[in-house]
Formats: sequence, C-alpha cells, structure tokens
Amino acid sequence: MYQYDQYDQAMVDARVDEFRGQVLRRLSGELTEDQFKPLRLKNGLYLQLHAYMLRVAIPYGTLNGRQMRLLGDIADKYDRGYGHFTTRQNIQYNWIKLDDTPDILAELATVEMHAIQTSGNCIRNISSDHMAGAAADELVDPRPYAELLRQWSTFHPEFDYLPRKFKIAVIASDTDRAAMRLHDIGIQIVKNDAGEIGAKFHVGGGMGRTPMIGPMIREFVPALQMVSYAEACLRVYNRYGRRDNKYKARIKILVHEIGADEYRRQVEEEFAHILTLGLEPPQAEFDRIAAFFADPGLESGVLDKVDRSDPDFALWLDQNTAPHKQPGYAVVVISLKPTGGIPGDATADQIRLMAELSTAYSLDELRVTHTQNIVLPHVKKADLYTVWQKLDAAGLGSANLDLISDIIACPGLDYCSLANARSIPLAQKISQRFADMDRQRDLGELKLKISGCINACGHHHAGHIGILGVDKRGIENFQLSFGGSEAADTSLADITGPGFSEDGVVDALEKATNVYLAQRAEGERFLDTYRRIGMAPFKEAIYG
Amino acid sequence: MGETLLRYREDAVTGAPVLSLEDFLASDPMSNGAAAVRITPGEDARALLPHLGRIALIEVTFPAYTDGRGYSSARILREQGYTGELRASGDVLIDQLSHMCRCGFDAFAPAKPIAAGAAAKAVATWPEVYQKTVDGRSPIWAKRHGL
Repeated sequence: MYQYDQYDQAMVDARVDEFRGQVLRRLSGELTEDQFKPLRLKNGLYLQLHAYMLRVAIPYGTLNGRQMRLLGDIADKYDRGYGHFTTRQNIQYNWIKLDDTPDILAELATVEMHAIQTSGNCIRNISSDHMAGAAADELVDPRPYAELLRQWSTFHPEFDYLPRKFKIAVIASDTDRAAMRLHDIGIQIVKNDAGEIGAKFHVGGGMGRTPMIGPMIREFVPALQMVSYAEACLRVYNRYGRRDNKYKARIKILVHEIGADEYRRQVEEEFAHILTLGLEPPQAEFDRIAAFFADPGLESGVLDKVDRSDPDFALWLDQNTAPHKQPGYAVVVISLKPTGGIPGDATADQIRLMAELSTAYSLDELRVTHTQNIVLPHVKKADLYTVWQKLDAAGLGSANLDLISDIIACPGLDYCSLANARSIPLAQKISQRFADMDRQRDLGELKLKISGCINACGHHHAGHIGILGVDKRGIENFQLSFGGSEAADTSLADITGPGFSEDGVVDALEKATNVYLAQRAEGERFLDTYRRIGMAPFKEAIYG
Repeated sequence: MGETLLRYREDAVTGAPVLSLEDFLASDPMSNGAAAVRITPGEDARALLPHLGRIALIEVTFPAYTDGRGYSSARILREQGYTGELRASGDVLIDQLSHMCRCGFDAFAPAKPIAAGAAAKAVATWPEVYQKTVDGRSPIWAKRHGL
C-alpha cells in the first residue's frame, strides 16, 4: 500500500502544528467557540451531545497493521476503550477531550494518518472498493487513482469553502461495492474500445434528505486528465452550487436543477480551459503511486483448498469470505455486527487483534467497508481456520455478512447532535429479534440500513429495507422503506406509509420478511421479490 | 470600517475609484488611466476578461468567509493573465490567507484588521503544496520528478 515520502509527511506534520496552535488559542480564550468551530471541523473534530468526537481519515479504507494497532491504542488512551467504524470507511472516537486532540493527531502522524478534511464543506476522504487489489472481478486496482485524487484534494486552495461537503468514490469493477453512484462524484475506472484506461464520471449522486442517483456525465476521461476533469467538475459547482439554503447546497441539487446536459456543457467548457494550464500530475507520478499497490506479496502455488470439517467454520466460510483473484487466497470480511451489538463498534482489544491478524495472515493489510465491517484482503485458504478461531474467541466471528443482522446504523441520538431518533438501540433490537442464524440464512441477502435523521448517514435510502428515525411531536417515530440498493443496480427505497414506534417497526419488519418468505420465487432475494411484486402485498401485511 | 490593507506587491495603490461590475462595464473603455472594479460572489469574473489590460485593481468581496466563490474568481482571472492587484475584501480571516494567496490574491482588506506579522506567518503555513495553481509554487508531484 501507499507510503508517505518526505513531502507527504511534511504536510501532515505542518497540519498538526497548525492545529496545536489553534487549540491553544481556543483554550486560552483568544478564540471563541464560534471562531474555533470552522477550524476544528477542518480536522474532523465535532462537538456532539456529550463530548468532542474525532473522525480519523482512512484513505480509501485501506490501512496496515501498524496503523490499526495505533487506532486501538488511541481508543484506550484517549477514549473509553472503543472506536466506531463509519460508512465513509473512517473511524470515529466519541469521547475525546479537546486538549488531547493535538497529541492524538501527532500520534496519528507517526503512522501516516490524520483527520484532515474529515468534516467541513470541502472534499472529504476519498472512498473506494474495500476489495480493491483482491477482487477477482476488478479491471485494475482503483486505489492508485484514489491516492492521486487524495493528494490533489488535500488542502486544495480553491475548494475549501464549497457550498457543502463533497464526497468522491472510485471503483474499478462492474460490481459496485462502494455505493459509487450515491456520491457527489462517482468514478469508475474503465477501458475504452481502444484498450486505454480512463475514468467514467458520475456526478450529482447522494443521499441526505433528497436522495439522487448520480447521472453519468462523461463516459471516458483519459487517465492522465482525470485530475483536470475533477477540477472542472468542482469549479462549476463552487461557482454555481446553491448557497442560499444549506439543504439545497449539495451538487446533486445543482445538477438536477440545471440538468445533466447543461452541467456537462459547463464542465466541458471549463475542462477545455483547465487542460491548457498543465495542472495534471505526469504519468511518472501515477506510476510511482501505482507501484506501491502493485504487489502486496501474494505467493503462487499456494494450496487452494479449505478443510470444511468444522460445521460452524463452514458456515462462516460460506458467509464471510469472498473469492480472491489469486488462487489459494480468500478475502475475509470480519463482521462488526454481533447479535445485540452496536454496528461498527470495536473495542481496543478487538482492534489490536485485527491488527495482529492482518500482520500475521493478510500481508499486513486491512480495509474498512462502508457497511461498517473490516476486511482482511489477502488470507491464505490454509490459514482461514486459524483466523476464524481467533476471531471467534474475540467475539468477532459472527457469520452474518449481508444478512439481516449486518445492519448499517448511524450513531443516532445516543451521540449525534443532529439526530432525531436513536438508531443503535433499534439495530440491537432487530438483531436480537432475528438472532436465530438459520432463520437469517433462510432470509438470505437483506441489506438493512438505519438512519437516525433525515441526513441519511445510515444510508436508509439505499437499503433493501431502510429505516428512518424522525421526531414526531417529541416522540421517536420510525419510517420503513423497501427496495433501495447501493450496488450496481442502484435504486432508492420507497416509503411504506405511516411510521411506527421502536417496537412497532421491528414487528412491521418481521411481517415484511414473512411476505417475502411466502412469495419468493426460486433464487430471489428480498429485494428481487419486492421489485417483482411491488409494495401492495407488503403494505397489506404491515398495516392490514 | 477600520480596515487595514495588507499588500504583497511593489507598485503603488491605484487612485482610481472602485466601480461596481455594472458601472465598470458601462464605463467608457477609451477613458484615460487604469480602472478599478469590485466583483461580488454572484458575479461572473469572466465578464472582465475582455478588459483585463486596462484594470489596475480587482476587488473580490467576501461577505462571509464561508462563501468560497471568490477563490474561483481569483484563479480564473490569474489564469487568463491578469497581473494587476487582486484584493480580497470583507470577511477575510487569518486562517484563509494562505489559500487565498495560492488562488492569486496579492492584497487583503479584511473587515477586522490582521497584524502584518501574523499574516506573513499564516501565508507561510504550508511548506509544500500538492496542486499547481497560479502562485508559481512548484507542486509536490513536480518536485518528485524533477520537473
């Protein structure tokens, strides 16, 4: 994976120094909270309901064992012994003291990590496919492109005060594992008819209160013009995105209001101008970056067989591993969704164990998934049983990937000052209601996503089943929706009707799964059945 | 007001009255001397492109520091070869000076005065830069490859 050189390190170190100065000015009273707020937000430091929350960037969700180990140590030293992995492939600490933050950032800088641009109206951490470099179906590894964009977007002087936050995802396979079209810019690395590599740009997707699927804006941008094209996309947005209303300020609203064709025309005009400026890093720079990702150390001639004699292991193997491009290896997904647990949370000990496992069994690499799980991307099949035993002993052996208990949930009203409802207790109740694993497997792939407010951090619009918590005259109320998808067949979920109490929504959800079980055709997932038979039978069961 | 001008150029400040964009575009292009013009966040900097040769000062206003449109205006003007004074005025805070310089501003008229020493330090915040802009600094990718 990518390693800093002296330039990258100098930038992160300068940032730590700058922020240390800003915190001192705040603690001495020289800065008021109002003046400090925009500065701390540039470093991922939020003031939540009970304490400061620090969001640490994990660029394109990739990290090594040393970095993961430090994340565990920080959880122990500065938080309450745990961390929360997010839908943006980052980690958040929820109980941070302001005066500790410069030291935390300084410790992060020792392992090439930071909290730069993890909040604020700027270009956020670039996300990517958590199976990059391992997936059997990828065209190329998307991460060198993501890293090129990371450097371009870091402290970009023109785009630090955009109308609203800006999220970019880069993938390189037709199977979309990163919700690419639900990003402000979604890039798919593709090959054109001439066999050249380039970038297909989707612009104007997003969730939030007005969910939209990003339209395709350019079929093919040559790889060596990708930065210039992104610059053009951003400049048009910075100049013409709405600033009169925070809720209409995302780029999706601009693209929707002027139309994809007009937006494309403006971008092309700007792009033609920008190409004359020579802003694009050269091929040699791309090659330098790509070399870090080229060979993680995969061996050939490795035993391509797994002993399935332990039935519990076999269940986990079938549910939580995926094919690797290299024979003899598998991709392991560690579920952070135990029954009754908090989705995405891991204790310091669990984080350190995952770090150790990555070093011992996964070529020192881990990934964070946008579904709030952790991936060991390069595990030899011969080591899978050992890895599973160690995970299971640490409470990390849940064999529920993509099942109903593999829930995405935002932090909700337990932590977040924007939330209207508590997402975590609901997620816990649902996973307890469906605790029977045979039942979960019978229900099959079922992506359940919960947001505690309309901002949709829990991706409820894109859930096969989505739940949105709202505040109804002071009482938490949960709206249910069906039919969303964040995969290559991206779709937005439909609301069933009036909302429910916390227990009521669990009952309604259970009724909906019963409709599915009764009506499904051979091989259909919940989503497929819903798409085929429509809302009416579900509605009847839920409200009838 | 109480504004103090921070200026990073050698030439003298123009004495020309600062016109709104509308007034400037309506003024006589044959009149003597270089002009000064003010553009607000919603105005298109490209409207000035045919006239850059006779402008000595362009003031870009920031009614709120969170409105970043002026950064694009500045870069566009510099990218098209404007060499006169480019002044950021209004809600300009010390923490924005460095990015503003990178976008081509070379003068600042902050609503709340900024001490010159502190400003110089803020402008020098970043030892290196990742992007090529209009400030002439060599980006990291160029240094890496000896370009």
